[in-house]
Amino acid sequence: MMVLKSWEVVGLKKGTLKQILLITDGCSNKGEDPVAVASIAQQQGITVNVIGILDDGHAEQDESLQEVEDIALSGGGVSQLVYKQSLSQTVQSVTKQAMTQTMQGFVNKELEQILGKGQSMEDLEPEKRGEIMEVVEDMGETCDLEVLVLVDTSASMYDKLPTVKEALMDLSISLNARIGRNRFAIYRFPGKRKQMDRILEWSPALDSISSIFPKLTSGGVTPTGPAIREAMYQFGKKSLRRGFKYEDEQPGMEEA
Amino acid sequence: MKMNSQEWKKLDIDVRPGIKLRGKWHGKTYLIQRKLGAGAIGVVYLCVCNGKQAALKISDKRSSMTVEVNVLKSLAKVQGNRLGPSLLDVDDWVSPQGICYSFYVMEYLHGEPLISYVQRRGQAWVGVFMLQLLDALQELHQNGWVFGDLKADNLLVVSSPPKVRWVDVGGTTQIGRSIKEYTEFYDRGYWGLGTRKAEASYDLFAFTMVFLHVYYPNQFAKESSPQKQLFRKIDSVKELAPYRMVLKKALVGNYHTSKQMKNDLLKIIYTTERKNMRAHQQHGQQTNSSSLFIDIGGISALAIIYYAVSLLFQ
Repeated sequence: MMVLKSWEVVGLKKGTLKQILLITDGCSNKGEDPVAVASIAQQQGITVNVIGILDDGHAEQDESLQEVEDIALSGGGVSQLVYKQSLSQTVQSVTKQAMTQTMQGFVNKELEQILGKGQSMEDLEPEKRGEIMEVVEDMGETCDLEVLVLVDTSASMYDKLPTVKEALMDLSISLNARIGRNRFAIYRFPGKRKQMDRILEWSPALDSISSIFPKLTSGGVTPTGPAIREAMYQFGKKSLRRGFKYEDEQPGMEEA
Repeated sequence: MKMNSQEWKKLDIDVRPGIKLRGKWHGKTYLIQRKLGAGAIGVVYLCVCNGKQAALKISDKRSSMTVEVNVLKSLAKVQGNRLGPSLLDVDDWVSPQGICYSFYVMEYLHGEPLISYVQRRGQAWVGVFMLQLLDALQELHQNGWVFGDLKADNLLVVSSPPKVRWVDVGGTTQIGRSIKEYTEFYDRGYWGLGTRKAEASYDLFAFTMVFLHVYYPNQFAKESSPQKQLFRKIDSVKELAPYRMVLKKALVGNYHTSKQMKNDLLKIIYTTERKNMRAHQQHGQQTNSSSLFIDIGGISALAIIYYAVSLLFQ
């Protein structure tokens, strides 16, 4: 298939998807606008996904959580509002959905070159779309993935932190069932002195976070924007580069 | 993940009973009759095309729909597919509001949910459906697929002869990959009893949970030591007594194929039956204490007969 070939040329098979997963329960109230920062992240090839945790009795239409959707939209990612009871399922499905979405974005770019401006796989007849979707799925299963989890630990998150921990361990179970490799890092915000503090350095699984995951919150302010900016910088770090060793160096996904 | 309420509304406004959908590519027209159900990705309607009833699934999550269609197509290639509904048409529909939906049309399986069927028709059917399901799973696994989202809600019993069929193949995953879609209660990863890699043993765990769900209609929440808890749950169901060992082995992942599990199950059904016959001969008259064995023996006899009949009609 024509499309598939051009994918291989681009080297996507060896590419690494980069995601920030922001877990919060409210609106930012300090520092730069997170919606703007998310858009910068996306330009750097980092997708920003957001999960907004609703308090019981909270309506889905609540305005303070509009920001959740806006951040994900400008970050090229997926957002979902959820009650804490279904956090586990949501965290993994949002992550996977965002992976598919990113892959599709690449495919659509390729298709535009072949079919002409404004054409996407949605414009193809169902049979052809099926073939392309198989490729997209394949990529999602085999690509390497880096997820930086950014947990809001402002005061109102106190009773939600145990559930967040469970959900992250569950995410690791889901993603580590894939063929591709994974790297996770966890940060909390606000930090004690900085915008955010590290909980877990880049590592291949999250099953060991039980003892290190914070049980306490870290203050009242929610500097979401600055935290996303800091998170963005963590992807360029050397420790990470060393982490993935490819047999032969291939261009990363962000260069596609 | 459920669709949120706004997405529901949009679909409900566009697709109503009485309206006609005309496919953009293949041009077939479908008259929508009523809603059959809704899942994580889309809504399923009963529809009529050329005087025949069919099930039509529609959603604006078009890539997810494409993935499901791919699975249905692959399953259709599985020889003698007796597993899921067959696929009749795949197309797009542009609503009067200009929203583009994808839909596909399947054979309409008219059946009763597994749990209510067993409750209504009795215990004898449990063994029958276990054997039928294991056969179907074996066939699926041999062809390189794992069902994934195996759960009571996805199992229908169709009649004459009674046969368990599955609907909603959204979770069906190629062996060796990560499970596409799952439901916590049935997911071994959730219970800490295995990975989410698509392997035969993943389905066999869910299989066991299906039959636990039959006897715990309200399900139950996870406690601190899940394995002990699940074993205890099995032990407290009198009706599952003959199958205890087999179900427990499946829970901890000791079966690598459905065939192994089915063989163990057949052995149990066979020996319980023989024990029971001997008990009959020796005592002549039954006592109260042996009535449990008699029950189980009677059930197994029925199970074997029904299962044999269902094999004939495949």
